[in-house]
Amino acid sequence: MNDCVQVVKVGIADMNIVKGSDHIRTSGLGSCVGVVVYDQSREIAGLAHVMLPDSSLAKAGSMNIAKYADTAVKELVNRLIKVGAKQMALKAKIAGGAQMFQFANSNDMMRIGPRNVEAVKKELSALNISLVAEDVGGNSGRTIEFDPKTGILNIRTVNKGVREL
Amino acid sequence: MTFLDKYSTMHLDILKEIGNIGAGHAATALSKLLNKKIDMNVPNVKVVSFDEMMDMAGGPDNIVASVFLRIEGDAPGSMFFVLSLQQANTFIQQMIGDDSFSFGEPPYSELALSALQELGNILSGSYLSSLSDFTQLSLYPSVPALSIDMVGAIISFGLIELSQVSDYAIVIDTAINEDEIIQSESVNGHFFLLPDPTSFDIIFKSLGVAQNE
Repeated sequence: MNDCVQVVKVGIADMNIVKGSDHIRTSGLGSCVGVVVYDQSREIAGLAHVMLPDSSLAKAGSMNIAKYADTAVKELVNRLIKVGAKQMALKAKIAGGAQMFQFANSNDMMRIGPRNVEAVKKELSALNISLVAEDVGGNSGRTIEFDPKTGILNIRTVNKGVREL
Repeated sequence: MTFLDKYSTMHLDILKEIGNIGAGHAATALSKLLNKKIDMNVPNVKVVSFDEMMDMAGGPDNIVASVFLRIEGDAPGSMFFVLSLQQANTFIQQMIGDDSFSFGEPPYSELALSALQELGNILSGSYLSSLSDFTQLSLYPSVPALSIDMVGAIISFGLIELSQVSDYAIVIDTAINEDEIIQSESVNGHFFLLPDPTSFDIIFKSLGVAQNE
């Protein structure tokens, strides 16, 4: 038996899925939002590192669906269902959406964090997934790690230590 | 044709020269400010994925002190001056003449934050003004913003503009370090210049370089 816990890392504008005793982690969330969607009874969890609120912001070229809140949440749910999760059992936890820098002339681009959070929440409610916990806003970066067995989301910040949701 | 396919290695060489001139002036400014010899590497111009960009600054979890400013004017973009905490400590101790100072634990002293912001301001200002002279474009910096946090959280903010057109960034990276101190890659100071996607054509045009030659 292999008891070693594997940690699957998710990069920026990326997504992945873990099962059983493996953990899933993404590092350095700033204005980006980390969305965890999970089915605890089946011990399956997916994590997406969302960068932008809306896929209509894409100006050209190929689309990376994990980058945008609307497409990433949808795809994450699809993939979870494909590996055996039940739509009805899905729950979500989110973290991130900070405002890293304060500027006097805050245009829309500058408040990208809150916009990402809004967009993720909107998409979750459209898919009927209940948001059970969140740690959003503020002005510090976060590293998050999720354990699909316990359903605990571990959030580490530089100055405020570790929190569990 | 995607955004990146438009540019050849010659274009990247031009950007390298831009980084060289800009960072050269900034290193001189830093050297004068601290009255020390400062070493600078030949700039690195790379086309990198967002994750690779984080790794260039020591990985997304690495904690750094960073001054960020938006470049406004003819060719908008983002600029970061990233220092390891250790290096920031040394620079600030020298600037404010207080050896006991450290960025290890908050709350940080107002004076030290202000000094670091000013350091970033002076260096990025000299980088930008030389760039502006060289290209004959009018470029002016926003008021610098300071953040001491994870690399991932900081750098991703400067990638937002780019991320709307591409999954890759053209980054002009110059590492600086104090002379005679052998340091590992992750503790070097870095300048990252990230022109907005629309700015590349403007910069090349101002230097008389056409696309797709």
